[in-house]
Amino acid sequence: MNATLQRTPSRSSAHAAETVTYFPPFDLWEGDQEYRLIGDLPGVAPEDLEVRLENGTLSIYGKASPRSRGRTMLWEEYSVGDFHRAFEIGQDIDAQAISAELRDGVLTVRLPKRAEVQPRRIAVQSG
Amino acid sequence: MLSVRLNPWNEMYRELNRMREELEEFFGARTNGRRPTRESFPPLNVWEDDAGFYVEAELPGLSLEDLDISLTSDNTLVLRGERKEPQTGQGQWLRRERTYGRFERTVTLPGPVNADQVEASFKQGVLTVRLPKAPELLPRKIEVKGG
Repeated sequence: MNATLQRTPSRSSAHAAETVTYFPPFDLWEGDQEYRLIGDLPGVAPEDLEVRLENGTLSIYGKASPRSRGRTMLWEEYSVGDFHRAFEIGQDIDAQAISAELRDGVLTVRLPKRAEVQPRRIAVQSG
Repeated sequence: MLSVRLNPWNEMYRELNRMREELEEFFGARTNGRRPTRESFPPLNVWEDDAGFYVEAELPGLSLEDLDISLTSDNTLVLRGERKEPQTGQGQWLRRERTYGRFERTVTLPGPVNADQVEASFKQGVLTVRLPKAPELLPRKIEVKGG
């Protein structure tokens, strides 16, 4: 499984001119039976998250409602914007079985491996 | 430990930051400012209104129980906690971009606050601490008598 190239936030044509789309950090874990993608999407509600699989690419869009509009900011270390990231999905993944869960701003996508690529324990018979 | 002190210099800092961002955007070279480094985790935003000061931090995956929020006598908010690694079974990490571990950030507010009424809330991994201003900072309406 390979991560794609969107390294920098890009202006999104689908949103208002001042909206900046960010590239959220993700961890990728591999176990015997599945891969797990775990990403930070703070401020995104489950209903504002879209996870889509298309032509072998898993796209993740999260909409974070603006929080700082109209506020008198005293200190600003980050700005709020939407999130987008895409991952290429390898042939070893069972696309039908992918599932996603968003909890407390953390997205976990489980990508089960196809049965034929999972390691199997082979019973050894004693002679 | 990183300390943020709010003073008039911040105005200038913010202005410079904004100019830098505009320049970088103009040249298409804007880098990812969002990825937190260990030194500045979590990033903080601070704002105020007539009633209080507000400190916001992005702490995805954490809840109030994972945090120790305290206020010292000089109006300094101290935020401590730990972000633990996700629990997984047998396997390997192929990519690690998220930040883990213990963190501590402090913010010195520009004025006195009502320490008894500080409130913290968490929503979708975003922490907001509300610190009501002390009575002497609250705006007062002054009656003007007609002559």
